[in-house]
Amino acid sequence: MREDKQLPDSHGYFEQFGGKFVPETLMPALGELEEAYQEAKRDSSFWVEFHSLSRDYTGRPTPLYFAERLTKYCGGAQIFIKREDLLHTGAHKINNALGQGLLARRMKKRRIIAETGAGQHGVATATICAKLGLDCIVYMGEEDVQRQALNVFRMKLLGAEVRPVSSGTRTLKDAINEAIRDWVTNVRNTYYLLGSVVGPHPYPVMVRDFQSIIGKEAREQILTQCGRLPDYIIACVGGGSNSIGIFHPFVNDKDVKFIGVEAAGKGIRTGKHAASLVAGTVGVLHGTKSYVLQDDAGQILGTRSISAGLDYPGVGPEHSYYKSTGRATYVAVDDKEALKAFQLLCQAEGIVPALEPAHAISYAVKIASSLDKEQIIVVNLSGHGDKDMDIIVKALGVKL
Amino acid sequence: MSRIASVFAQKKHTALIPYITVGYPSIETTLKIVPLLASSGCDIVELGVPFSDPLADGATIQRASYEALRQGVTPKVCLEVAQELRRQVEIPLVFMTYYNPVLKFGLEQFCSKCTEVGVDGLIIPDLPPEEGQELEQSTKKHGLDIIYLLSPASTEERISLVTSRSSGFIYLVSLTGVTGARAKLPQELEGFVARVRERTEKPLCVGFGVSTPEQARRIANVADGVIVGSRIIQLLDEDKSLKNVRFFTKSLREALL
Repeated sequence: MREDKQLPDSHGYFEQFGGKFVPETLMPALGELEEAYQEAKRDSSFWVEFHSLSRDYTGRPTPLYFAERLTKYCGGAQIFIKREDLLHTGAHKINNALGQGLLARRMKKRRIIAETGAGQHGVATATICAKLGLDCIVYMGEEDVQRQALNVFRMKLLGAEVRPVSSGTRTLKDAINEAIRDWVTNVRNTYYLLGSVVGPHPYPVMVRDFQSIIGKEAREQILTQCGRLPDYIIACVGGGSNSIGIFHPFVNDKDVKFIGVEAAGKGIRTGKHAASLVAGTVGVLHGTKSYVLQDDAGQILGTRSISAGLDYPGVGPEHSYYKSTGRATYVAVDDKEALKAFQLLCQAEGIVPALEPAHAISYAVKIASSLDKEQIIVVNLSGHGDKDMDIIVKALGVKL
Repeated sequence: MSRIASVFAQKKHTALIPYITVGYPSIETTLKIVPLLASSGCDIVELGVPFSDPLADGATIQRASYEALRQGVTPKVCLEVAQELRRQVEIPLVFMTYYNPVLKFGLEQFCSKCTEVGVDGLIIPDLPPEEGQELEQSTKKHGLDIIYLLSPASTEERISLVTSRSSGFIYLVSLTGVTGARAKLPQELEGFVARVRERTEKPLCVGFGVSTPEQARRIANVADGVIVGSRIIQLLDEDKSLKNVRFFTKSLREALL
């Protein structure tokens, strides 16, 4: 897999996946963004600032933690957990928000727009904008505004304006549509801080680069702690940024197996899910060619998952590429299984995961017992569960 | 010469190009309104093939697309409607849609069907020329025009690229933004059209935001065609009898003579 280092190609393609399918108005802006990013990438002072703020402001490195009781419970492979939940704002999203925030400032764009599903990317963006003194507008589907009310309040506290989106399915997909419409309209003074490895080139590669800090740390940590690389890396996949972030630095370690866990919602067979790679077909959504959930007429389908962060009918093009080459395997875990894993991790380890990585935990637990004790699984715990308390209270039928 | 090219070759007046969403508010309306537009002096009609995620469209066309989709309007239905319309009107019919429905249909199959039913060209706002090569193989093969877009934000380099690849005409987006009626068009419009004109002899048509005869006349001073979309959808909402649409189209036609 050596050649993976060179992807995407100069047109933004990972083989047949990726590209720039956007209105003409955005083409010059994407060109400008790509140029600015390439320049920043070569500038060591950019990375010095990124790394020093990652250390002092967002709290990196995050621990790689041996989940001893969970491992015992499964009675098989050793489970290590990469603790992105311990980052400032409670999720991996801040890695990308910091990187792109610094880039926006460098490009002298003072108006930042973002989309958010669960609210984690919105909170991360609002946080970085507050820290860097930038204006921040966050688009959020009306349905998500309701189910993630606490994060909406948090963004407002941080000085951001939250604009509810009432079109289409009123979730993340529509928030992205609306953010793109804003960008088309205000392209001259606005930076679109996209939150995942989706969208037109150069977003998938740029977000991957900022999130790769997860995998780089995890690789060093596992070598220090165990003296060898893991057998499996497991991460949840919505748009796919936390998973690419932990996968990518291991891409040339071909004995390390990647498993991406999508949301099966109420079950793949019910059609109420968000598993683009497991159950989708190739299409174009939000500027990139990748796996999408669509009907026979090419209309994008609504999705359903207990976790707002996985509720997206597309996925990053690099994941589609990994699927096509077999570099990664993609599976799906449903709402009930995720909820069970959520409770298990709370009780076995005293860690409250977000519902998104609870999907990854669920699959890790599932395969750990079938593996022998020498084997190592690393799970990326991409975020903290505080934001999900309302949903969990409801799902468990608890009266507070 | 393609049917679209011959509209501009005649040079009798500035071309008037209305847009409607197929199946909004009903298929019957579409079948009625297109002949009406043709008989009110329109030169080309854009037929919107609805898509679930129309990210270049403002609120009016978003809502029309959503309603049409709810009624089961698919690309296949749009082709059938176009076929029926072709029996009634002579003027060029152009599909305006997004890339995914075309990709899903099959690029080759879609283009072949378009030609078969009498559609003359395609406008796909999320398909810049960089991504259009594959589709162009099929449009060329089947004699369809592919109309690319330019925006006031386009660089000189991109103007050259788009003008060299676009066929039929070039769609100049009047402003940086999405579709939708605007009270005012940007000051820079004439300068933008002139910048493009320097690089091509192909016809230039201006759309996005156009909603009054005055705006149309201003555009006619510099461009070869005027595209009007959202305002027509709004008039459809106000008066289902299509009287308002007819009146509005005629006023545009007079402004462009």
